[in-house]
This record gives sequence, structure tokens and C-alpha cells, in this order.
Amino acid sequence: MDFGLSEDQRLLEQSVRSWLREHVPITRVRALRGADCPNDRAIWRGLAELGAAGILVPEAHGGSGIALLDAALVAQSLGHAATPSPFLSTAVMAPVALGALPGADAKSWLEGIAAGELVVGAAFTETFSVREQAGVALEGGVLRGKSLMATDAHGADRILIRIVSERLAVVRTDTNGRTATRLATIDATRCTAEVALDGVTPEAVLEGAGAAIARALDAGRIALAADALGACEAMIEQAVAYAQQRRQFGRAIGSFQAVKHLCAEMIAALEPARSLLWYAAHSFDALPDEAPQMACHVLAHVSEIGREIASTATQVHGGIGWTDEQNLHFWFKRIAVARHLLGGPELLRECAAELQGFMR
Amino acid sequence: MNLEYGPQYDQFRSEVRAFLDRHKNSKPAQSLMEVSAAERARWLSLLIEHGYWARTIPKQYGGYGAEPDLLATVIMDEEFNRAGVSRGMNAQGPAMLVPTLLEHGSEEQKQRWIAPTLRGEVIWCQGYSEPGSGSDLASLSTSAREDGGDFLINGQKIWTSTADKSQMMFVLVRTEPNAPKHSGISYILLAMDTPGIEVQPLETMSGAIGENSFNQVFFRDVRVPQANVVGRRGEGWKIANTTLVHERASLNANAEGLWLRLVKLMRKETANGVPAIARPVYRDRLLRLQSRALAMKHHSMRLLTCGLRGESPGVAGLVVKLQNCQLSFDIAALAIDVMGELGSLYDHAKYERERGFWQAHSFFALGLIIGGGTAQIQKNIIAERGLGLPREPKVASA
Repeated sequence: MDFGLSEDQRLLEQSVRSWLREHVPITRVRALRGADCPNDRAIWRGLAELGAAGILVPEAHGGSGIALLDAALVAQSLGHAATPSPFLSTAVMAPVALGALPGADAKSWLEGIAAGELVVGAAFTETFSVREQAGVALEGGVLRGKSLMATDAHGADRILIRIVSERLAVVRTDTNGRTATRLATIDATRCTAEVALDGVTPEAVLEGAGAAIARALDAGRIALAADALGACEAMIEQAVAYAQQRRQFGRAIGSFQAVKHLCAEMIAALEPARSLLWYAAHSFDALPDEAPQMACHVLAHVSEIGREIASTATQVHGGIGWTDEQNLHFWFKRIAVARHLLGGPELLRECAAELQGFMR
Repeated sequence: MNLEYGPQYDQFRSEVRAFLDRHKNSKPAQSLMEVSAAERARWLSLLIEHGYWARTIPKQYGGYGAEPDLLATVIMDEEFNRAGVSRGMNAQGPAMLVPTLLEHGSEEQKQRWIAPTLRGEVIWCQGYSEPGSGSDLASLSTSAREDGGDFLINGQKIWTSTADKSQMMFVLVRTEPNAPKHSGISYILLAMDTPGIEVQPLETMSGAIGENSFNQVFFRDVRVPQANVVGRRGEGWKIANTTLVHERASLNANAEGLWLRLVKLMRKETANGVPAIARPVYRDRLLRLQSRALAMKHHSMRLLTCGLRGESPGVAGLVVKLQNCQLSFDIAALAIDVMGELGSLYDHAKYERERGFWQAHSFFALGLIIGGGTAQIQKNIIAERGLGLPREPKVASA
């Protein structure tokens, strides 16, 4: 019995974090927020050299084929640094979806992903939430319709699109005119987009993909929870450091119980959530029956504690926390967007309830 | 990650199950505090003989004498829980006094007290809090003045669980009135039938239902031999802190079991013909509690792994009491809410559900949030020891 990170997993996390500290400090994130696409290719290639892009790609296709728990640790590190990257869709959801389709010849895509050359977005939103009459259908060999809030789709080379029913289309973005248009959110570090298709011929259509998309969503939800948890960690670290250094009434504000207890509440919420994240990721790797429910629970739970932590950590900073200059808002907004990107907590809990037969 | 226990432990688990099955008709019918001392000793001795109780206490002091083994402990807890049998006696003697004596007691004290305490022949209460010294325990003022070879104790203790059922008390008293507050305290073993001790029950908010024994204890010239001091005079604060660690470890509620009980209730309890679980608002609350219960369950697995690996869990280890006690209270709160206007029935009124369990549990859980170091004291500990935030500056005493 051993429920903890291995030495290799700790080393992976350390190496990603130290690379990000050096190459993507918050000043770099700030500089990228004005860019058309903050998912900077140079950053992505650097992460790919560390093995992040191919972490879930099988070894035969140039990846390292390790566990989702390892991918979650990378996602957590990216959230911790508020790094703009297509990791969620390209390195987690795409390899899981393509890998779960045994008939598909996914070799060239997977090799491109592992090399950090091919950036893949995912348009899966309508699997769990249809708004604005969105939805994509295949008619006479061409795709028509739209998908909203597609993850990492702006600036991607390929987009995976869920089409009715139970099929997965792969669309090239270089031969079809403009397929993805960025939808600006409060979070400047994510390339969410609207994918609009009006008679686009897909590169491939993969049949019987319902289970593969569901599995990719489970993986995505766990990785997104990890990302938000990493962002929470960063906010707590900054709040604690500020409470130690900021002085009022002749003493460090962290010596006042009013402030001290806010910090204690944040860490008391975070640490058990980290344990839940490890278990959810482990269930995806080893206990597939439990994975869908755990994916819902971990993202719902991190979303709930994340909103509290993001607000509390900002309040510990007082007025400076509310300014653009202090940078805290990058993490605040990342946490806020993660809350709904792959299903909000209420939706996820309904999903988990249904899986347990609680509806009647 | 490896969640398997391995064949050796699987074997151990089936032994525990077989034991529980064999003795399902001879286990005590009620809580061990309620049965006779002879019945208690019979059952606890049987558990000790098999190593299911007092497992790591050395044989010469009446224990089973096994090496500490966290996985064996988890397995025993799981199996006894599943069978609805308490594994030994969750009382202050075995939980707090015995580990303290093992660490700080004289050979004579160990020989005399540990074995009968483990068998439930001697029941102990803890004399720590005073009316003027709660969270600031080290300010306690119950005094022990030297008189010949003895101490004479005067003062008052409060919030004393089981004082009315106890033969003995381990008590903190001030023996060195001129020393600084933390170094003037001694840890003393005291017989409750000593003349000058008066126990007055304190009724709690739980009323008649549930396990309630809460008291205040008055001391008027209570004579106790100096040989009853544990450790050295003036070191009582340090020694008491080892017991407080044991107390917090013992205040670990089983949230998962309680949550499952809530699910059962919500399937059964209907209003306007609709079961509570089918109502989205209640169901969402149920699922939020499940997230928290799952987080705490796997958090305890993580802490167990830290123990097995010999690693310090750091701040992760300090948050358990705070979170589990609140979670336990919140689970009871939803149970009461889904019963609606019938949720407040008590004292075995007509239509009362589960013999008042949920209201009683809610009161009990609130007590746990306060007892063993309040939630606010826990937050101080988490922030100061876990996050390195500065302590509150000391106020110059008037």
C-alpha cells in the first residue's frame, strides 16, 4: 500500500516547475496577454523538450506513455505558473481520445503532438452543454455548424470536433480558411475559441467515438482540476508571503488572527483536495470504473474551494491585490475560467449523482 | 501508487473477519462505558489476546506486544467498523494516559496502571480545562501545595468527560507558583474517591439522548502522595502536550460511513411523495458533502503513506481535525434538513427518525469542533506551525 507520489513523479514536477520559473515568469505571461494567441509556440516547444507534450502519447509514437497522474502534475505546475499553453487539449484530451480509438490511424498526429510540432484544440463543449444552438453535423461529407468555448482551438493546427452522433472529426486549420475565432474571456492565458464550420471537409472522421470522447473529457477534467489546484497553490503562497512581509499597526499582518485564519482556511481546503486529485488521476490510470465519477468530483470540488481561495488570497493582499500591477488576477481569472470550461460544479455533481443512481 | 495491501495483509484481514464472525454473538450489547466492569474486562481481554486491542503495548504491561504496523491498524479499524463492533474502548485512559505513561511514567506507575486501564477495569478522566483556563490552558490555577510528603490540591476543573464514572483522574495542577506559567505545572494521578473531591454533572445541549457525561470537579484540600507525579515536577505542560497530540489523533470521525448513512436516509425520507434524494437542491448538497468526504478519505490514505514511508506530512497533517469535525457536523445538518419539520423531533417523540440519531450526532459533532482544541486554535496551529506565520505578540500581563 503506497498512496503518494513516486520519486520519478517528484522529479518530473520539480523539473517542470524549475523550467517554468526560469522561462515563463509572470512578466512573460504579462507580455503575452496582448498577443493574438497567448499559446506561444516557443514555450510549447520548450515544454515538449521536457517531455510534457508527449506525456500521454505511447512510446511507439515518440511519447513517454506514462500515467495521467504524471500529466496532472504537469498541469498543476502550469496552473502554478499561470503558463499559457495548449497542454489541456493537445497533451491530455487529444492523445486520450485518439488512443481510445483502436481503429484509428493516429500515428502521424500523435508523433506531431509528442514532438511539440502539432498543436491540437478540442471542441467537446456540446457533449455536456449546448447553448446558442451550437452543434456540428456531417452532411454529405462536409461539416456544418459551430462549437463554443473550444479549448486551445485558436492557434491550433488541428481541432478535434465531436459531431452527432458518437463521431469525432479531425479538422485542419490551414486549408479551410478561418475555422476558429478566439473568444476572449477574462483569462488572458487561454485560447478558447468558437469553431464555425460551413461546408468544411474533415481530414478524418472517426466512428464510434462516444466512449473515446467521454474518456478524453474525464482526463481533461482531472487535468483542469490539477491546473486550477496549482493556481490555488500559487495564490496561497503569495498571500502567505505577503502576510509575513506587510506590516500594519506595528506588526506583520500575518500575526493577526483575522488574517492568519484566512491563510489556515485556504491551506486546510487545498491539502485534502490535492489528495483527491491524486486519487482521481490514479483511478483514471488503474480503476476505470471509478474514473468518470472521480473526474466529476475532483473538478467540482477544486472549483468550489478554488473560488474561495482565489477570493481570500486576493483579500489578504488588501488594495494592492486588486490592482493589475500585482499580477494576482492572472491566477484568479485562470481559476474562474477553469470552473466552467469542462462543466461547472453543479453540472458535474449532477453527472456524479446520475452515475451513482441518485436521480430517483 | 499501489492500493493493494499484499497477501500477508489480506490473510490478516480474513483472520480479523473470522474472529468477528466467531464472536458476533458474544460482543458486548452496549457501549463499553455502559456495561459492567467484569463484562468490559472479559471483552477487552479477549481482544488483547488476539492483538486487536493494545496491539503495540509491551506484554509486560498487559498489551499484545506487537511492533507498530499502520496497515494492520487500518485493517482492524475497517473490519471492526464494518461489523459495527468497537475495537477496544475509545476512552481517555487508553487513548491518552497509557501513551503518556509509556513515554514519561516511572516503572512502578507503568506496572500498576497500564494493564487495568487497557482492560477497562480502571476508568480515567482528564483534568485539564478550568473555568478560567480553556484555550489558554497553561494559565491554569488549580494548586497543589506541599504538605509533608504529600500535595494538597485546591481548585476546580471543568468540561470533564466521564468524571462521574471514573476511578482515577490525570490532572494538571500548579505545583510551582513562582515559576513562569508553562514551567510551574505538574501532571498528577489522582484517585477520584479521595476525600475533598466533588463531582457535579454538567448537562449538555444533547440532553437525554447520546453519550453524555460532562462534569465539573471541585477540589478542597485533596491529599495526594508526591509519588503520584508523572515525570518530574514542573514538567506537566510538556507531558500534557504529548497527550493532546494523542487526543487529536483519536478525534478522527469516519465521515464516509456517516455519509453513506445519510444516503440511506435520503432514499427513504419522502415529502409530498418525493424522496429527498430526488430533489435537486438536497441532492446537490449531498454530492458536495461526498466530494469533501472523498477528499478526507484519500487524505487519510496519503497521511498513512507518509507514516509508512517515514516522511513528515507537514501542514497536510495539521488540517485533519479541523476538516473532519466540521464535515461531520455538516453531514448531520443535511440529514436534519431533509427530514424537514420532523427533523427536530427528539427524546423519542412519535415520528422521530433513527431514535434521534441525527440531532444527537449534530450536537456531538459541535462538541468535537470545540473539544481537543477549538477550530480557532487549530487554525492558529495550522498557520503558525504549518505556514510559518508569526505568533500573536504576548500581551504584557497586568
